[in-house]
Amino acid sequence: MHHIDPSLIDWSRAQFALTALYHWIFVPLTLGLTFIVAIMETIYVKTGNEWWKKTTKFWMGLLAINFAIGLATGIIMEFEFGTNWSNYSWIVGDIFGAPLAIEGLMAFFMESTFFAVMFFGWNKVSKRTHLLSTWLVAIGSNLSALWILIANGWMQHPVGMHFNPDTARNEMTDFWAVVFNPNAYTKFLHTISSGYVLASLFVIAISSWYLLKKRDIQFAKRSIMVAASFGLMVSLFNLTTGDDAARQVAKYQPMKLASMEGLYEGKSGAEIVAFGILDPSKTLKDKKDPFLVKFAIPGGLSLLSYHSFDAYVPGIEDIVYGNKAHHIMSAAEKMQQGKKAVAALKAYKEAKKEGNVQEAKVQRSIFEANSKYMGYGYLTSPEQTVPNVPLTFYAFHTMVGFGTWFILLFVIILYLTMTNELHAHRWVLWAGVWSLPMGYIAQEAGWITAEVGRQPWAIQDMLPVGMATSNIASGSVMLTFWMFAILFTALLIAEVKIMATQINIGPKEADHV
Amino acid sequence: MFNALTTLQLQEYWWFLTALLAALFVFMTFVQGGQSLLWTLAKTETERDIIVNALGRKWELTFTSLVMFGGALFASFPLFYATSFGGAYYVWMAILFCFIIQAVAYEYRKKPGNVFGEKTYEVFLFINGSLGIILVGTALGTLFTGGHFIVNDMHLSHWTTKAYGLEAVLSFFNVAFGFMLFFLARLSAALYFINAVDDASILSRARTVLKYESWIFLILFLYVTGSILTMNGYTYDPQTMIVSVEPMKFLHNFEAMPAVAGMFAIGVLLLLAGLYMGAYTQSDKGIWPAGMGIVLTVTALMLILGYNHTAYYPSLSDMQSSLTIENSASSRYTLIAMSYVSLLVPFVLGYIVLVWRAMNREKITADEVENDPHHY
Ligand code: HDD
Ligand code: HEM
Ligand code: HEM
Repeated sequence: MHHIDPSLIDWSRAQFALTALYHWIFVPLTLGLTFIVAIMETIYVKTGNEWWKKTTKFWMGLLAINFAIGLATGIIMEFEFGTNWSNYSWIVGDIFGAPLAIEGLMAFFMESTFFAVMFFGWNKVSKRTHLLSTWLVAIGSNLSALWILIANGWMQHPVGMHFNPDTARNEMTDFWAVVFNPNAYTKFLHTISSGYVLASLFVIAISSWYLLKKRDIQFAKRSIMVAASFGLMVSLFNLTTGDDAARQVAKYQPMKLASMEGLYEGKSGAEIVAFGILDPSKTLKDKKDPFLVKFAIPGGLSLLSYHSFDAYVPGIEDIVYGNKAHHIMSAAEKMQQGKKAVAALKAYKEAKKEGNVQEAKVQRSIFEANSKYMGYGYLTSPEQTVPNVPLTFYAFHTMVGFGTWFILLFVIILYLTMTNELHAHRWVLWAGVWSLPMGYIAQEAGWITAEVGRQPWAIQDMLPVGMATSNIASGSVMLTFWMFAILFTALLIAEVKIMATQINIGPKEADHV
Repeated sequence: MFNALTTLQLQEYWWFLTALLAALFVFMTFVQGGQSLLWTLAKTETERDIIVNALGRKWELTFTSLVMFGGALFASFPLFYATSFGGAYYVWMAILFCFIIQAVAYEYRKKPGNVFGEKTYEVFLFINGSLGIILVGTALGTLFTGGHFIVNDMHLSHWTTKAYGLEAVLSFFNVAFGFMLFFLARLSAALYFINAVDDASILSRARTVLKYESWIFLILFLYVTGSILTMNGYTYDPQTMIVSVEPMKFLHNFEAMPAVAGMFAIGVLLLLAGLYMGAYTQSDKGIWPAGMGIVLTVTALMLILGYNHTAYYPSLSDMQSSLTIENSASSRYTLIAMSYVSLLVPFVLGYIVLVWRAMNREKITADEVENDPHHY
């Protein structure tokens, strides 16, 4: 359809990945901390105890530092769909634009309006109005997550639209199908709960550090208590929803699932790898064992994905080359159909231009018959349908491994707080501190699993990334990539330094954050 | 209820909403104007703190309006989103950079350990307030003067110059448009401070700014309006969709839509009244007529740009590629669905107004800024 420059695709992807990963450093903490702060302020309003007000203000101060840079990195993401994925914006904008606009209207305004009250309104509005504002910020930020994940869930599992050959784009046919896409809901629940987990780890890490330094003891202990109870609850929920997410992936994105598990050949009763090292020399169809080392739970993957020990899970090779026995169509066949659709679309357009009604009708029906796999028509080889397996695999296993550890950590801390022995176990406090970077890594790893695992598709099975970019020189994107890399890194450094300084000053000064 | 509208009416409704959002955004750029006045209005550290704090309660609204403007355009006119953002790449990227640095500046400026020092963040605010707004204005100017793009049969677009939009600054009109917005933002900032701040020296400097810069603004405004009324516009045939040049298109649009012309005239009068109140009377309410005036004027300008079979984004590379509200809009289905969503707009505006009033009930003073537990 038009000339595609591979380095343009790579730079566009790199830039999107960079900005999204940066945005995601700040968003999960906002999602969770707004709630923790709202809970603390509720306690303050209920008990009238000034100590809780001070505590609330301390965490709120840290939230503000994080929030600012969340906004800074967020604005670029919204516009990047236009600047860097302009074909995408046309081809699916009719559906995809809606949740983004609704997000702005319903969520961002709520957040930014009440944020001002939350920070500057302590002496300007009544206690209750202030509390309400704090809750509205929490609700607003989570609503924003809802709409953006409806958008993202749609990319993973497109529903509620059809392709209109006259406008050469996908058009919405069912708004509610888009809004109630089951994929979006598992993603939403899993993502916000992962944000709550991170916020709990954040509170625990800072409080543990105070305890290690033997300062602000009462503050730290009470904060840990709130965070560990909240953390345990939400991390169990996070696990459940992660399991749901995996089932959604199994259903709609089998290639992603196979890559997450390094499963090259499909199996009934497939095992789940708890820990593994992939053989870097593994290629498709070489019949080699993909793993150098692994510990696996038999039947685990089948159980996880289909809730049955002996269910069949297709492997990467089955999906690429097809598997007649399990009725899996090969990528080559899909490509053939796709190419027919692409050609028919072109012929249809030409016939229409020339006013040849008859021919247009014929081409249109050929198009309709093959349009299901139109996306495959833009691929040049079946192997292109395989994402980066090691990256997907390691990212997934890091997330799950860390997630399991967090549950354990919350249990240990909660137990030791109950028995009032926490300060005596310095290793637990150190673990509390070190789990915070692990939380951030798990967050980023989750998104790498989700987004790298769906390559080469910008929209699953419909639109490959190569077709989605803007038609600009790759040098321009390279330039902006480096500008973002430098600017965001500089801002991140400032953020971390300011945050650390505020933490060091501590809650005693909370009135002056 | 929206089902009863024709597709063209839906497109017009969405163009109206886009126009309104653009207008509200232009009004809200008083925040940027205020940032550009930081060193003009404030001579001491306390005065600077007052200015930053007076703006600091509002900047997120402006920021969010920009995000919302983008989101609404994406949902209703995706071809514009694709063509302009993906083509005039450097311009939009430059604008975004100016907004990224703003977002951290308020919060980090005074914080201990902020690495780059207070001054750097103030420079960030200044860049956002000056360059940021001039660029936004220049980009809006291209809606009248056009861009170098081609849209192909499949509706995919590309830009034909290697400057990717930066060539817009070569047009005197575009740049004048940018500077006009810049001075407008400074004037409305001065009016906002007069309304929201209680500090004698800041107020007297603000009135001085109004006295002098109103004239600069008016000269630019007359030039821009004069150019718009006399320039060639692109019109299209509603049956064939073929685009052609029409001399004085925008003047004709005003003639064809007297209500819009009236809106424009009232808007300008209100704006002038507001400026006069700020510069030559002791009133602190100038911001309200001026604000209303800005919203009406900008909305009217956007309406003559998109209504009455006009191409709102002319292509200088291929006339037939020009964007109109008919060829760039979302599908009928999406427009209807989003129209229902738009019923939330009054509700959102409502709580914004309530919060604004609660937060601005008392004027900001040096005392308050110094004693506020969370000041910027
Ligand atoms: C603290 C962070 C965190 C933790 C501990 C976990 N997750 Fe997660 N996970 C995320 C943070 C995250 C995320 C960043 O929020 C992702 C990225 C995309 C998404 O929807 O959520 C995600 C995605 C994600 C996906 C991919 C969804 C998709 O591609 O659409 C799966 C299958 C899981 N997770 C499963 C799990 C399981 C079984 C966990 C076991 C404890 C787990 N996650 C813990
Ligand atoms: C890649 C797609 C994304 C886009 C286009 C995007 C867009 C934005 C924008 C424009 C802002 C600034 C908001 C403002 O003006 O008030 C923002 C902030 C925010 N975004 Fe994103 N975002 C993306 C990913 C996500 C995801 C996946 C989530 C949640 C799951 C999320 C949640 C938030 C939240 C909570 C904020 C509030 C500010 C903060 O980060 O502290 N965003 N986002
Ligand atoms: C904020 C959390 C997110 C992170 C960390 C993230 C991460 C990534 C990464 C790593 C890539 C590059 C994949 C590759 O090229 O191999 C990517 C691509 C992309 N993501 Fe996300 N993503 C996030 C959220 C979203 C959301 C919410 C959306 C949509 C609403 C989205 C839309 C895209 C698009 C359009 C691309 C580029 C095209 C593509 O590679 O498919 N992302 N993202």
